[in-house]
Formats: sequence, structure tokens, C-alpha cells
Amino acid sequence: GNLGPLARNPFSSQEELTSRKAITTYNNFYELGTDKADPAQNTHRLKPSPWTLRIEGLVNKPRSFSLDELLKIAPLEERIYRMRCVEGWSMVIPWVGIPLAALLKQADPQGSAKYVEFISHYDKATMTHGVLDWPYNEGLRLDEARHPLTILAVGLYGETLPVQNGAPVRLVVPWKYGFKGAKSLVTIRLTEKQPLTAWMKAGPSEYGFYSNVNPEVDHPRWSQATERRIGEFGKRKTLMFNGYGEQVASMYSGMDLRRFF
Amino acid sequence: MTPTSRQISSLKLTLFALCLSPAILLLRDLQLDRLGANPIEALTRASGEWTLRFLLITLTVTPLRKYSGWHWILRFRRMLGLFAFAYGTMHLMTYVWLDQFFDWPAIVRDIYKRPFITVGFTALVLMTPLALSSNAFAIRKLGGRRWQALHRAIYPISLLGCLHFWWLVKKDITEPLIYTVIACALLGLRAWWREQERRKQLAGGYLQQQRFDGKVIRIVAK
Repeated sequence: GNLGPLARNPFSSQEELTSRKAITTYNNFYELGTDKADPAQNTHRLKPSPWTLRIEGLVNKPRSFSLDELLKIAPLEERIYRMRCVEGWSMVIPWVGIPLAALLKQADPQGSAKYVEFISHYDKATMTHGVLDWPYNEGLRLDEARHPLTILAVGLYGETLPVQNGAPVRLVVPWKYGFKGAKSLVTIRLTEKQPLTAWMKAGPSEYGFYSNVNPEVDHPRWSQATERRIGEFGKRKTLMFNGYGEQVASMYSGMDLRRFF
Repeated sequence: MTPTSRQISSLKLTLFALCLSPAILLLRDLQLDRLGANPIEALTRASGEWTLRFLLITLTVTPLRKYSGWHWILRFRRMLGLFAFAYGTMHLMTYVWLDQFFDWPAIVRDIYKRPFITVGFTALVLMTPLALSSNAFAIRKLGGRRWQALHRAIYPISLLGCLHFWWLVKKDITEPLIYTVIACALLGLRAWWREQERRKQLAGGYLQQQRFDGKVIRIVAK
């Protein structure tokens, strides 16, 4: 359904939006099938309601949120972000969401918390077996998780998030490759140690913890210098940090991004 | 049952239309915007898969002929092989033209730096002399034995094609695995025949020597 009036956000891109059709039919959501057309056809495999998202680990106030409770943590905002997939294509997506920082604040992280792990829903009875080590998980450093660009998305094009895009709630980190945006989240866990993510386990030489969009660091099997914006014919140059360098580069100052890829 | 040459001709025509249909359907889907959000990727992927399929179909002709006794199907093999080359060329064109838009430095970098593109490109380069020598003139010029040796290049070409697909996929290797298993079965079958033939020649050679007292009997694979 319609999510009602949305606050605007200065981080939103002014670029032309990718069509809703493309955003909802071209998905990497392996739990619902490994072909990009699969997730839109297998939406019945995931019931986004009722839903609870638990926040736990190194926090003073661990708790579970229903989706309604999540929607009330902060005013819903429209965030038009570029999304760059590690495979070399990109979109401009009008997400609806809340800053992840607002949720973290509710849980009151402890001083020892350094990382945040995100765990996706997995149902062995209905979802893909094999391919990756399920459930899907991702991770961010705590400062990345608290960054104002990082959101929990609950909607798309002003409406409830479609299943194939990670309903009912997913992570969106626009300066990182798309796979960092874990879908259909059930657990957010604060930890002291860097989490080992699903893609790091699957291909340690190909997928690192940071996975910042970086045209200068190639994937071992393909170049990351350019990308095809879905709906366009030619390719465009990929921007450092997906064009969000001004906001995020300082978090990585002094780090060798070739090593911490 | 052996078809008459008229029947062969009409079968050839039917087969030609059949082999061409995936390309026509793809172009129609492209025209009607039915190839999804990333049509260039879909086109590249489909033409690549058809190349592999035609390579494997071409490799199936000999076993099928051997086990069914339909010797006439050999007359379709050239067309099947040429379609594999045609789809391979289409695959390369989608990459060079649609995907990279003739960005030669980027293409050369890709071929040099990315193993899966190196392998795929090698396979297509190896297919070229086969396509060029697929006519009666080339067979005459080369002589049957050399021509046959040259055309055995289809064995490594198919394996390179499978490897190309395998290295390209991000994680789900189901499809490349299926192609690889079929290719290995088709090639394994040939290795097995060869071994059988070798044993037969060894055993036969010994017997014949006794029976025919040194007369040379040529054993020609038919």
C-alpha cells in the first residue's frame, strides 16, 4: 500500500529514476531464485507479514520490533539513491526508509560494539538450497551503520517494499555494492568482531568486507571501471564510492582500499 | 531407412529454419522489449548459450549415427557446426558492439586480463579455421586425414566454451555444470571408442598375422 507523505532528503539524487518495472523484475535475491527474473515470479515464497526484526548483541536494550513499530521510529523519508551492482550495472532507486542510526539509538549500543551484522530471513522449506551459506548475512562497521546515508528501506516508489526487493525491511548502503544491502532482515546484531559475510565465505578473493564501490579496484573476473545504467545503451564511468565520496570518504582515510576491498 | 536425396534436401531446409529460429525469436523479443531490464546482457547470454548448444549438438551427430545406423545424418553436421560458429559470432558481436561499443582498448584489456573472456575468445578464434574449411574444396585441398585432424579442434573448443561459462557465473554453477557434463560425456564416448578400436586392432593384428601370414589388412574406421 501507499506509505503516505514522505519527508524529502538532501542526499537524494536528481538523476532520472530507473523504471519501477526494471527495479521490480531485475533482482538478485538468490533465496527466491538465482536468475534475475526469478524473484519477481517467486514472491509467494516469502510472507512479509507478520514480521519481527530483532536487534541484539552488544546493546543495552535488545528488543524486537514489529513492522508497525519500525515505521514509527522516525519519519519516513524518500531517499533516491544510485545503486551499483558488483556485476557492473546500476539503477537510480527511490527508496522509502528510516535512517539505520535511529534504530541503533533505540537499542543503545554498548561501548565495546564495533560492528553490525545483518541477517536475512531464510526458510529452508520454500527457499533456494545451496549456492550460498544460508541465512544470508552482511556486515558494516558501526560508524558505517550510523552514517546518515545508511537506511533501512521499507518502501519503493512511495509504496510498501515489494517482496522481490527485500520486503518488508532491507538495508541500503548506497556507496557500497548492492549485495551489501541484505534483504528481508530478521536480526541486527552488534558485535565486537568483524562478521564473516555470506559472500566473503563464498569467494574470499572476490568479495571483501568493505565492498565499497571503487572503479580502481577490479573484481578478479571483470573490470569495475564502468557500469551500464539499466535502461541506457552505452556505459558510464563508475564513480568512487558510487558518487558519495564527499559524504563517506573520510571514514576510510589512511586505509589501503586495495587491501580492504 | 535411408531418405532419398530429395528428402534430404527438404530435411536440410527444415533443419536450417529450426537452427535459425532462436536468433529470430531473440531479435523479435528485442524488438518487442521482452528481454527484461538488461536486454544487452540477455542477448549476450542467449547467443553464448546457443553457441554452446550447437557445439554439443554437432558433437552428438557421430554417436547418434553410430548407434542408430542413420548414416545420412552425417550430411547435416556441417550445417550444425556452421550454426555454432554463427551464434558464436553473434555472441562476440553483442559483446564488442552492444556491450563494449567498440571500445577496443577496453576489449583488449578484457581479453588479456579476464580469464573467462580470454578462454571464450580463444574458443571462437579456434572455431574460425573450422568454419572456413567446412567446404568440399577445403577437404580436397587438405586431404581427408588432415581435414579430420583439424576438425577435432571442436573437442577443445567445446571444453573451452564450458569453462568460459563456468568462470563467468557469480555463484550458481548449475547451468555450466550441465553443459560440462554433456560435453565430457560426448568426448568420453569418443575416447572409449578409440580405446576399443585400439584393443581390437591389437587383438586382430595378432590373429591376422597368424591366419594371413603377414598380409597387411588395413583397418579403416568407418
